[in-house]
Amino acid sequence: MIQIFKDVRIDWLANRRAFILVSVLLMLAGLASAIVRQATGHQAFNLGVDFKGGTVVTAKFKQRPSDVVVREALVKQGIHDAIVQPVTDKTDTVLIKLPLAGASETGTQAEVESGRARVRGALNTFGAEAKPDVHLANDPSAAYEIVGTDAVGAIAGAQLRNKAIAVTLAALVGILMYIAFRFEWTYGAAAVIAVFHDVLVTLGFFSIFQWEVSLTVIAALLTLVGFSVNDTIVVFDRIRENRKLHRRDSLYKITNDSINQTLSRTVITSGLVFLSVLAMVLFGGEVLRGFSLALLVGIIFGTYSSVAIASPIMVWWEQKIEASNRAMTLTLNAPVKSGVPRPAKTTNRDAFVPRTNKQSSRPGRA
Amino acid sequence: MKKKNLLQRSIIIVAVTLIGLYIVIGPRHRPTVNDFKWSGIKSSLRSNIHLGLDLQGGSHLVMRVKTEEFLKRLTEDNASAAQNAAKDAGVDVKGGHAETGPGNYRVVVDIGDAAKATEAKDAIQKKVELGDSSIWSYSNSGPQLSWKMTPAAERTLADNATTQALNIIDSRINALGIAEPTLQTHGSQSSHQILLQMPGVQDPERVKEILKGESRLELVHVVSPPSPQPSQTYNTEAEALASLNSGGTVPSNRRVLPYSERIEATRDASTNPEQKPKRWVVVELPAIIDGSELRNASAIPTRAGGAEEFEINFSLKKSGADKFGAWTGSHINEYMGVVLNGEVKSIAYIKSQIFDSGQIEGRFTKQSAEDLALTLRSGALPAPIEYLEERTVGPSLGQDSINSGLTASLVGLGLVVFFMLFYYRGAGINAVVALLLNMILMLAGLIIFGATLTLPGIAGIILTIGMAVDSNVLIFERIREELRSGKTIPSAVDQGFGRAFITIIDTHVTTIISSLFLFVFGTGPIRGFAVTLVIGLLVNLFSAVYVSRTIFIWELGRKEKVESLSI
Repeated sequence: MIQIFKDVRIDWLANRRAFILVSVLLMLAGLASAIVRQATGHQAFNLGVDFKGGTVVTAKFKQRPSDVVVREALVKQGIHDAIVQPVTDKTDTVLIKLPLAGASETGTQAEVESGRARVRGALNTFGAEAKPDVHLANDPSAAYEIVGTDAVGAIAGAQLRNKAIAVTLAALVGILMYIAFRFEWTYGAAAVIAVFHDVLVTLGFFSIFQWEVSLTVIAALLTLVGFSVNDTIVVFDRIRENRKLHRRDSLYKITNDSINQTLSRTVITSGLVFLSVLAMVLFGGEVLRGFSLALLVGIIFGTYSSVAIASPIMVWWEQKIEASNRAMTLTLNAPVKSGVPRPAKTTNRDAFVPRTNKQSSRPGRA
Repeated sequence: MKKKNLLQRSIIIVAVTLIGLYIVIGPRHRPTVNDFKWSGIKSSLRSNIHLGLDLQGGSHLVMRVKTEEFLKRLTEDNASAAQNAAKDAGVDVKGGHAETGPGNYRVVVDIGDAAKATEAKDAIQKKVELGDSSIWSYSNSGPQLSWKMTPAAERTLADNATTQALNIIDSRINALGIAEPTLQTHGSQSSHQILLQMPGVQDPERVKEILKGESRLELVHVVSPPSPQPSQTYNTEAEALASLNSGGTVPSNRRVLPYSERIEATRDASTNPEQKPKRWVVVELPAIIDGSELRNASAIPTRAGGAEEFEINFSLKKSGADKFGAWTGSHINEYMGVVLNGEVKSIAYIKSQIFDSGQIEGRFTKQSAEDLALTLRSGALPAPIEYLEERTVGPSLGQDSINSGLTASLVGLGLVVFFMLFYYRGAGINAVVALLLNMILMLAGLIIFGATLTLPGIAGIILTIGMAVDSNVLIFERIREELRSGKTIPSAVDQGFGRAFITIIDTHVTTIISSLFLFVFGTGPIRGFAVTLVIGLLVNLFSAVYVSRTIFIWELGRKEKVESLSI
């Protein structure tokens, strides 16, 4: 049998400060990019036509080129984020939507004109435009004409954006509740913090590299939330199991062991998904690029965060609770219940004794 | 494992697979020989799976909000309200009118005594919203008071009406369940146009009618002697006008409206509702309450008319119910009318105080009643809309992007299959079978629920496939671990599935819970994502756990003594 990892013993938690530092730096970099761009009059995010509206140019051809060719011509002119939509009941016509240039939110006449000029520049590669006063059919030297230029508003206005955020937050609360029910509150909180981290880092990449944010990117962000939570739960599930099997071990050790035991699964699953998404980045074409890039970044950080963010936060939190419980016990000087293991005798600074009340109350596995 | 158990499992799996396959590639009519040929399968597949606007294209509708109608109505309402207010304050009002035309929206009130102009103005502005000087500029010459709408206000009000119409159309499209349309303003700001693109719908004319429906609902006091006298209606508009004794003009506190009288339901074909002549009634202005006070509306069968006839039940919000309750309480036995889009639909006398509900009767069919209820719930359009342009368009993602996306997905899938077979050998076959079955059943699920597949939906499929692969990896890694710890093969398989199942349940339930939130509260792309994800994960519990397990049982059951397992 081929095996990637054999009996790994990496002390992941020892590096937790470095991990968290890296994550905080990444988030700060994204935030800084957004703030600096906003402050200097640029756009924090490169929003696509879905979010801020733009110009729709209706072009009529003598011989309509295919969508690919039209898009290539646009890309050559530096228009990367246009939507090319053929009109199917008039086979000579194409709608080209392009987002507003710059940070403005409403389309002025000048914006519409500049959009028209940019499209004209691209379409001139197919031949000359018909003269303004001559119909396309009557102008033998012309290849196309622009029959209409209109400003269009955003599809996803601020209202939809806010709703999307609110709904996602509600979904995260749902996740928190379920994990709290199946594990502990601390596990749920740690998982949700890790998810937040993944989304923020991914958005940071979008701001830093000015990748276009379209509605499809929203779908990608939802997907990465799913992946990240999935990954985190796999590790937590192993921790829950190991705590029952090895009651004398510290949570610190158990967490490290659990990460190591699930490591080959983590690498295989994330690796496979990563490769599939990489295929999409490479072969998926211009329009899907934002979507596939968001997934690519999200999968890397979703995997990273379940090891480097969620687990350390959970361990830290549990230790805090344990410390305060112990302090309570000392002040009350209450007799220790029978069956409760004594504090571990190791001198490890991260030594931890599992919370016993929860353990004994949990029913056995089905 | 017992043989009987294996047989039972196999039968279930084969049956589910066949049903799933038929749902995905089978025709929706009695199958013919042609349906089993490649071209027949392809065409069935195409008609079974609904693709969204981004993947397949659809219709492209440009509509215009007739904002001038909105401004006209607003001015006219203010004109009659102003006259009433002045009369209520004891001012002698000679007359008044509204001037409406682009660039000139004016409310004019003529009073008897020029000296009382300021008094009348104050009285009117106290009650009617004419006092806001950013909207209405007041002037008077002698006994004539006039309020002219400022050009800036004309623009703002028209823009607001357009935005409001956009929101109402949006909620109607959502209520119709049209998957992921795009809705945006179109043209320059002063053109008040809205662009709607939606994927191919079955009955576009009905959708267009619903979007157009103004659905202005009013409850009015009908001028008539109280019950037990019958309600006062007139055969012609002229007769109704004559009853007002006001020299042929309608006073500011009255309206003359057509009344399409409801015929008592009979089976008699001769009483065709279309041929029943219209009657006319005089009603009081302003209305008691209007549609903005509506809380809910629903279509229900009319008791008398049997199943084919429907009426609309509506209920009012708290504020409307208070107003309505107070009014009906003090007008027992008088007649009240339900007015829809300027036509009286029904008249009834008030038996006792009514608070928060009522009916609209009017011989509706089931469909027309449901459509009307839908538009009432979404609110009245501020102004009528007209369709300017209608086209069909190709996919908004572009066919080229869809093709390259498809290529990329196949490359990705190929990588996954190759790796699973290479790394897990024999067990890899389990994973690949489970994965394929998952995809077939997921598509079948989408078809059963009539979901429309869009790019966000595909994102949901990607996540599902990722989690399906993950489920197999979890199980296989666990079995390997158990084998390493020295367990026998059957017990390692047993333990591996048992342990991994707990993890799989936790990951799946968490994701399903969060998707349910997205589905219930989300709109558009978020919802499309959630639908495929929930279906996919439910299917995965079957394919990755149950099916894969069955294959193992079969493999282990073949030999008397199991010495090796390809994993």
